[in-house]
Amino acid sequence: MIAQQLFNGLFLGAVYALFAVGYTLVFGVLDILNLAHAAIFTAAAFVALSLALAGMPLPLAFLVAAAVAGIIGILLDRVAFAPLRARNAGTLVPLISSIGVAIIIGAIMRGIYGVDERHFTTGGLETVPAIRLGPVTFTTVELAIFLSAVALMLVLSWVLRSTTLGRRIRAVAEDRIAAALLGVDLERTIAATFFIASSLGGAAGVLTGLEYNSVTLDMGGPIELKGLAVIILGGMGSVTGAVIGGFILGAVETLAVAYGASAWRDAIVFGVMFVLLVARPTGLFGKRALRQA
Amino acid sequence: MTLLADFYAKHSRLIDQIGVNAILALSLSVSLQAGQLALAQAAFMGIAAYVSAMLALNAHWPLVATIAVAMLVSTVVAALLAYPVRRLRGVFLAIATIGFGEIVRVCANNLGSIQFAGRTVQLTGGAEGLSGIPNDATTLVIYASLAFVALALVLISRTKFALAVALVREDEYAARGVGIDVGAVRTLSLALGGAIAGLGGALYAHASFFITPTDFGFARMEQILVWCVVGGVTSPFGAVLGATLLSILPEAIRFLADYREISNGVILLAVILFAPGGLSSLWRRGAVRVRS
Repeated sequence: MIAQQLFNGLFLGAVYALFAVGYTLVFGVLDILNLAHAAIFTAAAFVALSLALAGMPLPLAFLVAAAVAGIIGILLDRVAFAPLRARNAGTLVPLISSIGVAIIIGAIMRGIYGVDERHFTTGGLETVPAIRLGPVTFTTVELAIFLSAVALMLVLSWVLRSTTLGRRIRAVAEDRIAAALLGVDLERTIAATFFIASSLGGAAGVLTGLEYNSVTLDMGGPIELKGLAVIILGGMGSVTGAVIGGFILGAVETLAVAYGASAWRDAIVFGVMFVLLVARPTGLFGKRALRQA
Repeated sequence: MTLLADFYAKHSRLIDQIGVNAILALSLSVSLQAGQLALAQAAFMGIAAYVSAMLALNAHWPLVATIAVAMLVSTVVAALLAYPVRRLRGVFLAIATIGFGEIVRVCANNLGSIQFAGRTVQLTGGAEGLSGIPNDATTLVIYASLAFVALALVLISRTKFALAVALVREDEYAARGVGIDVGAVRTLSLALGGAIAGLGGALYAHASFFITPTDFGFARMEQILVWCVVGGVTSPFGAVLGATLLSILPEAIRFLADYREISNGVILLAVILFAPGGLSSLWRRGAVRVRS
């Protein structure tokens, strides 16, 4: 029973982690909290749904939707953040302008898709028998979701660690002015950061839609706020911390259900977040981690 | 006169909502003026809404008494919240207060009723919320409250406290340097915001047929913040302007159907990019230009 719950927590946590990684990446590089991240998460799920219903194979629809999410991310930066950067508006005004973009994305989604719940046609995926592994069982869909999320996080880790782009992103996160003086093209690096962060958030949206086989307008609401708890737990700006925080949240949530505390689950999560913020605002892993990745 | 009466009969609900929304926007503008992005207004509002609704439903108290107690509770909660978050600034304060709001929402969801001395006492009614709240917050009551709050804030803005608030916002270290107790200023402004949000919440409960925990979630908080930013927070007038404009607009463009919420997002972005002080600052900037 507990083994199965922990396993479920692993699946849930992988998606939380994927979402939070993009959330925290933008914070690490730009020091801003991007409240449009959840709207992009939802938009990508709808894009993948449309493509899949139009007959595109699911894996391809997943990748295209993530790419579309990345492009929305670049547009978000151009519209809501770049002009504020140019006039040094601080870190709170961008938080509010990202709410504006979130409202716009939400209204467009609502206009196109309406308020009803939508489902993927899984093409018979649900009939594939569940996999049994000792005391735990899981479906192929769950396994595919887990592996996709982990693969994307590994790719991100490689990009940040070993590519020129990754070095540029880390340089901008460390010190924007010094990076610019050393010849890093700030605007292009920031655009790339937004593409990466938003496509990961979008991928998390598609995977969440597949996990529950349900895509709704308000699916981003819970994860938007839980994502905050994850990045506080991991330390804002720390990619590794966000991954670990995501898995911890997944485990805590499923264990809360197992021990009959499901109604108070979210209060526990936000209570821990609040205490951590007050007692240790740098989180468990601190902000340095992205810079040292 | 009949035209006016017809107009009121047709739009009385919207008119009431605008008044309540304006009070809520004013409550947030108080903490924004102290430079604190504390996003717990929806929670203070919710606490007061539930307290006043429970007093009216369970104890049959009159409206004014339920409002007074509800405001007292939300003020105390806001003042108590100020203590643990006293060292948090900027984004971290915003996140901590968002977390507080979520905890309040979960409590409202789970404290539907309790067993007390062998009896079941109805509290928040859980996820279904409370219904049958007496609908006694009339348009007159709401606008009298709004006028009272606006007047109080204008009077406060002429005191030394307002100067201290402004200095804490512009430069906390300078404020400390001239002997201002920054912690006290932050606590007082949060408590004042909590009191006003409580008034708004109690009126909201008594102007609606029912209340549920989702009425006081993060979506409501975002709404209040957007009103403040669009109107501007440098004067009470801005918050009222923002709340009024953005409450009317989605109704005025109903022909856009499901797309209509887009207007609030576009206006918010446009204000941030082109009129950073809010719409009310445009008017003031114009006035200055004329004079100089």
